[in-house]
Amino acid sequence: MRIVVIGATSAIAEHCCRLWAVEGADFVLMARDSAKLEKIAADLTVRGAKSVSLATPEFFDPAAIKAFADATLAGGAVDIVLIAHGWMPLGQDALDIASAEQVLQINAVSPVLFAEAFAGPFAQARRGTIAIIGSVAGDVTRRANYIYGGAKSLLTRYAQGLDHRLFGSGVKVVLIKPGPTDTPMTTHMKAAGQRLATPEQVAQITVDAIRRGKTTVYAPGLWRWIMLIVRHLPRPILNRLPI
Amino acid sequence: MQRPAPVVYSGANMRPVSSWGRLGAAPHDVVELTDRHAVAPALAGHHPGIAHGLGRSYGDACLNAGGVLWRTVGLDRFIAFDPDTGRLTCEAGVVLRDISRLMIPRAWNLPVVPGTQWVTVGGAIANDVHGKNHHVVGTFGEHVRRLRLVRTTGETIDCGPDQNPELFAATVGGLGLTGLITEAELQLRPIGGPWLEAETVAFSGLDDFFALSDESEAAWEHTVSWIDCTSGSSVRGLFMRARPSSGGTGRPWHERSRRIPITPPVSMVNGLSLRPFNALYYCLSRRRTGVRVVHYEPFLFPLDSILDWNRLYGPKGFFQYQSVVPRAGALGATRDMLDAIARSGEGSFLAVLKTFGARPPAGLLSFPREGATLALDFRNSRAASGLFARLDEIVQAAGGRLYPAKDARMPRALYEATYPNLAAFAAHRDPGMSSGLSRRLMGS
Repeated sequence: MRIVVIGATSAIAEHCCRLWAVEGADFVLMARDSAKLEKIAADLTVRGAKSVSLATPEFFDPAAIKAFADATLAGGAVDIVLIAHGWMPLGQDALDIASAEQVLQINAVSPVLFAEAFAGPFAQARRGTIAIIGSVAGDVTRRANYIYGGAKSLLTRYAQGLDHRLFGSGVKVVLIKPGPTDTPMTTHMKAAGQRLATPEQVAQITVDAIRRGKTTVYAPGLWRWIMLIVRHLPRPILNRLPI
Repeated sequence: MQRPAPVVYSGANMRPVSSWGRLGAAPHDVVELTDRHAVAPALAGHHPGIAHGLGRSYGDACLNAGGVLWRTVGLDRFIAFDPDTGRLTCEAGVVLRDISRLMIPRAWNLPVVPGTQWVTVGGAIANDVHGKNHHVVGTFGEHVRRLRLVRTTGETIDCGPDQNPELFAATVGGLGLTGLITEAELQLRPIGGPWLEAETVAFSGLDDFFALSDESEAAWEHTVSWIDCTSGSSVRGLFMRARPSSGGTGRPWHERSRRIPITPPVSMVNGLSLRPFNALYYCLSRRRTGVRVVHYEPFLFPLDSILDWNRLYGPKGFFQYQSVVPRAGALGATRDMLDAIARSGEGSFLAVLKTFGARPPAGLLSFPREGATLALDFRNSRAASGLFARLDEIVQAAGGRLYPAKDARMPRALYEATYPNLAAFAAHRDPGMSSGLSRRLMGS
């Protein structure tokens, strides 16, 4: 099993890799923080990964992303691409416009480019799974993180269309929508006493969903019902909620 | 395109933290450590504080009310493993369960595991934990070849039996007070598989218990006894012993853990439940005596199948009292303790009695010593604190001592009288490390 992970230092991605490592997977990992990525590579090796190679980080240049995908595929067939990078700044109601652009680039544009770069070759090979980490924040956006949520909602719609495109091709598209998860990105929420899912839980759900080829999964599953309700709240009520 | 620097969260992360005994949940300034190479700056910014792993010590060894806790569970990466020698290097927040589950299929395992697998490597070293096989392999610290210590002064020091051995001896069993352990190199032990040949023998009376212990030490790797703590010195109990299975495999084992979902408003362990439960458990288990082949997890970690079992003691929490007394006076001291406990009407469903082997301690402040150790839980009540004073007297008179990892209440005088290496230890302390326990028992 050969697995490509973009944003491999994210807590959810790392825990997915741990589960795959035990099965003896081969990894190609990309992340911005190379020191952290090297620690993860050593960890996965001890856990049983057959091989781990580290890719030069490039998240924004479309030509470089395409070149990365082509080079990786030239090195052997790829079974899974997990696209897991993201960034959620605090206080998005007061975000400067340059940072707003960054949020959109990192959480929406870049993941789509990676998925696109692999979608064509996967369709040709008639195999492979494209897994994207979205967010419940993409279902309903709110004042605290509406730019991040807006970007994640793009992933939701994009994944739906990609799934449509690849229907019947043998390629699977899996969108995972985690609720707030206990990661370095959410330390402030834990301090406020919120109960968060652990990255281990979310990773288990993600790996299971990829194995079964489910199209959309919430992690934990309870969020499906919470978001179903929230999505149908009338605007006057939604806008008065302290969320 | 340059990505903006991520927001760094530090300080002001006050949140309630309790230890396994749930005696309180004071707010702590919790600093999450996730990068073993960035620990020194995290320590420099905030102290005094103490490292906190999974919070499985029962009292205040892992707490620092109102102050800083450096949480180590994010330091959970393996670093290297040599399948030829069995040397495993990993970060200090790695959980023992993860090591066992990864390594047993490769025919290696941790030589020493305590009664729960939900313990970090750092916590296992800092408390120099022991297992049911103490008489064969000693304590966890005896199998640490090297550890890396980061001090609040900014120093990073490697130590082990052959490198800075004095600091190493202070750190093993040193309750986190010599610095923060970021990684450790462990010597694993070759094993044949996950199966144990286990035998349960019912006994009555302490003479019987000690005879069984002596008889079992040579041929059985694991020994432990459950006792009915309501039965006094004419104690009835179940002696459990196990050794690696020679070829035989048992029924396939699947983890089926349940969680105590809520904290009941009062302790479920009380005068009404104690006697019937203990009697029922004894009678049911006695029918299952004899030799069986069992998986190591249910044998070594019976309580791990009930998650959050500490909630049973209600909102006020509980104490564990674990003592060890030298073998010479063990019969009399254990008899007196069991009588005092039976008279008090307090106690728990799980009372454990076992013998330790005669091995030199790995650390200056290590708890295990040659003798008999008795461990019981007590709900937090006034009757229990009266009983503890009586038990303290018996333990001290017999030349024994209490286990700091389990303790939340021992008087400082008792600690000082029973841990003779305290003065030698003090020289190795990191002045920026402080816990509830260190202030209570060492004054700072």
